[in-house]
Amino acid sequence: MSENSNNNSHESLVSVRTMDMITAALFIVLGAIFMYGSIKLGNGWGSDGPEAGYFPFYISLIMSAASAVTLYKAYADKSEEEESFVDKGPFKQVLSVLLPAAVFVLGMQLIGIYVSAFIYIAVFMRWLGKYALWKSIVVGLGVSVALFMVFEIWFQVPLPHGALFNPLAIVGVQ
Amino acid sequence: MEEISALFQGFAVALTPFNLLLMFVGVTLGVIIGVLPGLGGANGIAILLPLTFTMPPTSAIIMLSCIYWGALFGGAITSILFNIPGEPWSVATTFDGYPMAREGKAGQALTAAFTSSFVGAFFAIVMITFLAPLIAKFALEFGPPEFFSVYLLTFCSFVGMSKGSPFKTIASMMLGFALATVGMDTVTGQLRLTYGSQELMRGFDFLIAVIGLFGIGEILDSMEEGLQFKGAAAKIRRQVVLETWATLPKYWATSLRSCLIGCWMGITPGGATPASFMAYGVAKRVSKNGDKFGKGEIEGVIAPETAAHAAGTAALLPMLSLGIPGSPTAAVLLGGLLIWGLQPGPLLFVEQSDFVWGLIASMYLGNIAGLIVVLTCVPVFASILRIPFSIIAPVILVVCAVGAYTVGNASFDVWLMLIFGVVGYVFKKLDYPMAPMVLALVLGDRAEDSFRQSMLMSGGGLDIFFSNYLVGGISGLALLLLVWPLISKVIGKKKVAAA
Repeated sequence: MSENSNNNSHESLVSVRTMDMITAALFIVLGAIFMYGSIKLGNGWGSDGPEAGYFPFYISLIMSAASAVTLYKAYADKSEEEESFVDKGPFKQVLSVLLPAAVFVLGMQLIGIYVSAFIYIAVFMRWLGKYALWKSIVVGLGVSVALFMVFEIWFQVPLPHGALFNPLAIVGVQ
Repeated sequence: MEEISALFQGFAVALTPFNLLLMFVGVTLGVIIGVLPGLGGANGIAILLPLTFTMPPTSAIIMLSCIYWGALFGGAITSILFNIPGEPWSVATTFDGYPMAREGKAGQALTAAFTSSFVGAFFAIVMITFLAPLIAKFALEFGPPEFFSVYLLTFCSFVGMSKGSPFKTIASMMLGFALATVGMDTVTGQLRLTYGSQELMRGFDFLIAVIGLFGIGEILDSMEEGLQFKGAAAKIRRQVVLETWATLPKYWATSLRSCLIGCWMGITPGGATPASFMAYGVAKRVSKNGDKFGKGEIEGVIAPETAAHAAGTAALLPMLSLGIPGSPTAAVLLGGLLIWGLQPGPLLFVEQSDFVWGLIASMYLGNIAGLIVVLTCVPVFASILRIPFSIIAPVILVVCAVGAYTVGNASFDVWLMLIFGVVGYVFKKLDYPMAPMVLALVLGDRAEDSFRQSMLMSGGGLDIFFSNYLVGGISGLALLLLVWPLISKVIGKKKVAAA
């Protein structure tokens, strides 16, 4: 499969230890943001019992404290430095799924799901899978039409038609 | 024998042609979901949940729970034929299943896996039939402190039973709780932690988290591995099935042990994955052929499959009797109950006895349907895996996006799903467990409510959680489980010192 052909860069992008420390630090920052919000709500004991921020405050405190331990452990344990979190080649593969996916979600919002799903699947197959153009178009169109049949017609669950421009309006579907 | 007559009433509810059809549809969909990378029991059901809104609740849960049975069966197919666990709980099945397939004994391995899955599930269902009504009756007397202590036990057992770092388990769990508090406070009506954002006012729906963490995260992870499927041929002849069945009774002890491990791990939310590993480990230690494990020993397929299926099924017991799910998938089913307008909890057995017994009866039937479907259609399911990943990945991503959108008809949720996907990818690689986070997100509000109500009752004293034998016993057990990693470390050190 062609997906494996550009996998030759085995250089480590980031080590497990670094990633462990970054994640733990993010947990602590998030905990601090939540604690700040809880204190503003009131994290103490009001006239009618615990205030709204009471529970979230202690939850975030425990989260930050546990992550501080994780952070320290990762810092102290140098052996994980050798271990790679992700190599450069595989990371490119991950991005090649993630970035088009983000574009697809944006497209889903702007021009509706049916047209963007068709474009996304067709482009993905053509670009990453190196399929023939007609095969990519057939699969993309097939999935789009199937989605339309299942959701709009059988189960009558409306999916986004496009906030900016509704391409289905051309063929008369509002 | 009240349960028996209630069960027969349940069979009457479940055995309509429409429900039988839904069972086969559910099982087939479930196996497909189980075979496909990126779709599993939890997020598969989460995606299909909106399609059941218009169905009667009993039919809806029959179909969704059958998807779950199907997914449990499906994981074994990819493990044995392709050495790729379709689901985390079938990782242990690859150890002996794949070597068997390479020796040309794929048929035996698959038959053994499916049959032991069935045995494990059956054992757990019988247990649910008789135990769940009792627990529910008992729990009718529960007040807020009792409920909080059960929640505490649920979450502490995650810490006590996790294989990885307890601190990571706690952090992941607390993140779930913190996200659950975002939005409207159910007690005071205040908006909490929304930081002025309108989108955050609705709070975080756990279905979005499930689809992102398990679906998108899995796709990103598979993409990195640059999937290439090379599978053994799949075909099960009737002769092989009958021959394998004839050998299975020999391993009754392994099966029984694995059933018990599975049920225990399923009720306490250890889950199917650790259950399968534990059962494999125990079988390896106890078996005469222990040293042959890993080279294609049929017992090494029986043990993890039985335990995984027993645990997966037993996870529904606390969900039905207490309203506390034992696994992410059970949590999604619980979310379904709320959407269909049913209140989960001990009263369910009293107020919705048709629903509950219909579901329990459908578990018996659904697993029989599952066994039939997988034994007859393995080649079809195996061929799904031969579809290249560059077609499957975008299609699954589109399906996940549709699922995330339909939960609340909001495009913001689809972005959240992508973010949860990245979180899931990082969590998976750093060994942060995801199940505690999902369960905390589901149960967060109710755990907090029961905590605050208890605090109101006691005037702020924590002693209310030890005020009588029942609540004190549960809380005590919870705390014991919480510090268990510490205790086992000390014991381990002593053993080393003694040796």
